[in-house]
Amino acid sequence: MSTHDLTVPVAPPATPWRERLGTMVPILVLAPSLAASFIYVFVFTIWTLYLSLSNSSLMPTYLFVGLDNYASLWANRRWNIAYTNLFLFSGFYIVGSMAIGLLLAILIDQRVRGEAVWRTIFLYPLAVSFIVTGTVWSWLYNPVDGIQAFVRGLGWADFSFALTANRNTAIYAVIITGIWQSSGFAMALFLAGLRSVDPDLVKAAQIDGASVSRTYRKVILPTIAPIFLAVAVIQIQFAIKTFDLVAALTRGGPGVSTTFPAIYVYDLMFQRGQIGEGAAAAMMMLAALAVVLVPYSLWIVWRRRAEGRNG
Amino acid sequence: MSALMIRDLHKSYGGLEILAGINLEARTGEFIALVGPSGCGKSTLLAMIAGLETVTSGEIWIGDRLVNSVQPKDRDIAMVFQSYALYPTMTVRQNITFGMESRGVPKAEQAEAVKRVAALLQIEQLLNRKPGQLSGGQRQRVAMGRALVRDPKLFLFDEPLSNLDAKLRVDMRTEIKKLHHRVGKTTVYVTHDQVEAMTLASRIAVMNQGSVQQFDTPKRIYDRPTNMFVAGFMGSPAMNFIPARLTGTTSIAVRAADGSDATLALAAPLPVGAPKDVVLGVRPEHIYRFTTDLKSRKPAVQSMQAPVELVEPTGAETLAVLRLGDLEITGRFEPDDAPIMGETITLGIDMSRACLFDPTTKALL
Repeated sequence: MSTHDLTVPVAPPATPWRERLGTMVPILVLAPSLAASFIYVFVFTIWTLYLSLSNSSLMPTYLFVGLDNYASLWANRRWNIAYTNLFLFSGFYIVGSMAIGLLLAILIDQRVRGEAVWRTIFLYPLAVSFIVTGTVWSWLYNPVDGIQAFVRGLGWADFSFALTANRNTAIYAVIITGIWQSSGFAMALFLAGLRSVDPDLVKAAQIDGASVSRTYRKVILPTIAPIFLAVAVIQIQFAIKTFDLVAALTRGGPGVSTTFPAIYVYDLMFQRGQIGEGAAAAMMMLAALAVVLVPYSLWIVWRRRAEGRNG
Repeated sequence: MSALMIRDLHKSYGGLEILAGINLEARTGEFIALVGPSGCGKSTLLAMIAGLETVTSGEIWIGDRLVNSVQPKDRDIAMVFQSYALYPTMTVRQNITFGMESRGVPKAEQAEAVKRVAALLQIEQLLNRKPGQLSGGQRQRVAMGRALVRDPKLFLFDEPLSNLDAKLRVDMRTEIKKLHHRVGKTTVYVTHDQVEAMTLASRIAVMNQGSVQQFDTPKRIYDRPTNMFVAGFMGSPAMNFIPARLTGTTSIAVRAADGSDATLALAAPLPVGAPKDVVLGVRPEHIYRFTTDLKSRKPAVQSMQAPVELVEPTGAETLAVLRLGDLEITGRFEPDDAPIMGETITLGIDMSRACLFDPTTKALL
C-alpha cells in the first residue's frame, strides 16, 4: 500500500520562455508611452508647481519663496485681464459654438439635399490651423481693407465694423472667430448623436402628436444629453489653451485687452525671464481646467457605477 | 362597418415597387395579422396605415374617413414598435402621458387615464422608473400602456415580441390575446412568426413580394392555402410537396423509394382542365403509420411504402424523415407509435386533408 506524502513540494512546471514573452509583450509595448505620459504629465506638473513656489527668474532656481509669485501675479492688472478674458471667452465661445453647431446639426438632420457638401463646408474651418484662421480673420476685421472697407465700398459710407481696433470690443472679435472655427466640430458631434437616436422614437412622438420642436426638446435632445457634456468639455480645454488664435488675430492687443493666460505665461517665461511667476500663472491655468474636468470625471465615474447597479 | 379598409394600395421608392395593389379590410374589433418573410412589405404597409410613410396610390380608410393625407397624430391610431421606442429619459408615467400632454389633455384626466392603464397592465409599481431600469417584458407592457391610454380606433403592432426570449414571447403572446379580448379594439399586428399569427389573429393576411397572397381565417389558411407559398410558409415543420402525376380523374401516382409508382386515390375528383402533372401537398401531421383500424376511422387514407431515414424525437411528438422517390418528406408521429430509423413502414396519407397544386402557377387546384 502506498501513501502520498503531501508535504513534499511539487516543483511547478517550468514556464516556457515563449509563454513568458507572450505575457511580457503588452507591457513592453505600452511601457514607453506610459513612461512618456508619466514624465510629461506628472513629473513636469510637479516640477512646474515647485518652480511656481521658487524664485526662478531667467533659469530655474530652487530657492523656496512660498506664494510670492502668486501674490505678484494677482497684483498684476494684465494677468487679471487675461484671467477675466479666459472666462469671458470660454463662456461665449462654448455656448455660441454649441448653439450654432446644434442648430446646423438639426438643420442637416432634416434630410437636406447634398448633405455631404454641407457637412464638409461646416466642418472645413476645423481643418484650418488657428494661425491661418487668425490671420485671415485679422484681415477681415481690419478697417482699412476688411469687411468695413468692403461694405463702405458698396455705398454704406457710415458702416462701421472694426471690432479689433477697439480695446472694449476686441475680445468679441476673438470670440466670433473661435465660434466660426469650432461650431462645425460641435455640429459633427451633434449630428452623430442625432443620427444615433432610434428613428422609432421620432415616429412614436409623431403618433403621440408632438410637434417637431417638442419632439426635439423633450425626446431627442434629452436622449443625446451626454454628447452636450462631451462637446462642452472638449471645447473648454480648447478655450483654456487658446494661444495661437489670439497670437495671430490680435497679438493680445489693442493694448493688453485680449491677453490670454497662455499668452501671458509664454511672455513671462520666455520673453521676460520670470520663470517663477510664469509657472504660477501656468498653475492657475491648470486650476481653471481642474475646476471643469474634476467634476466631469467624478460624474463619469458616478454614472458608470449607477449604470452598473441598474444593469 | 369596417374599422380599416385598404383599397388597391401601392408603394414604390423610385422604380422599386414595395407594395403592389394591397386590398384589406378589418371589421370593428377584429385582430388582423400581417405575416410574411422579411422584405415582403408588411412593415411598410403598417407604416402607411400609421401615416409614417406616404401613399403612392390607392386608398386607406380608418372608420369612415379617408386618411391618405392625414397626419399620424390625427388618424386616431396607436402603435407599439418592435424596439418599443420608449422615451429613454422619461419615467414610465411620463412615457404614458407624453401623448396626452402634447394634445393638451387636462392633468386630472391624464392621471385618471394612467391609473386605468397601469391597473389594466399591472405596471403600477413601475410608474416612476425609467425604461433603462425595466426588463424586456416590462418594457413591452409599458409600450402597450402608452398605446392603450389613447383609446384609439385602431391598434398597430410592429413585431412587438421579436425582441423577447422564447419563453417570454409565449407569455406575452397569451397576454396580448387576453388584452385584445378585454379591450376589443381593432388591431393590425405585423409579425414574421407564423405561430404568432395563427394563435392571435381572427384573420391573417399572408404577404409575399409586396402583395397579399391570401387573406382568410387561420383555419382556412392552414387547411386550404391558396398557393404553394402560403402552404409552405404557414406551418412548422412545413408542408411536404410531392410531385405527382394524374392517372385518372380521381387518382394520382407518386414515385416510391424503390422507383416504382404508388397510386393514391383522391378524396374528391379534380376539376376539369387540371394539368397532367400536379404537386401533392401533405402536412406532416396527416401522415400516419397505416393500419386497418386507421383506414376504418379515416376512409380517405391511402397507403404506400417508405423507408425511414431519420427520427427526431422532440418529446411531445416524434418527427420522422421518410424517403419518397428522390425526395424526403417529414411525418409527425405519436412518440409511442414512432417508426424506427432504418425500418420501412407502410404510410397512411390522409387524402381528405391533402392539397393539390398546379406546379406551373403554384396555385391550389
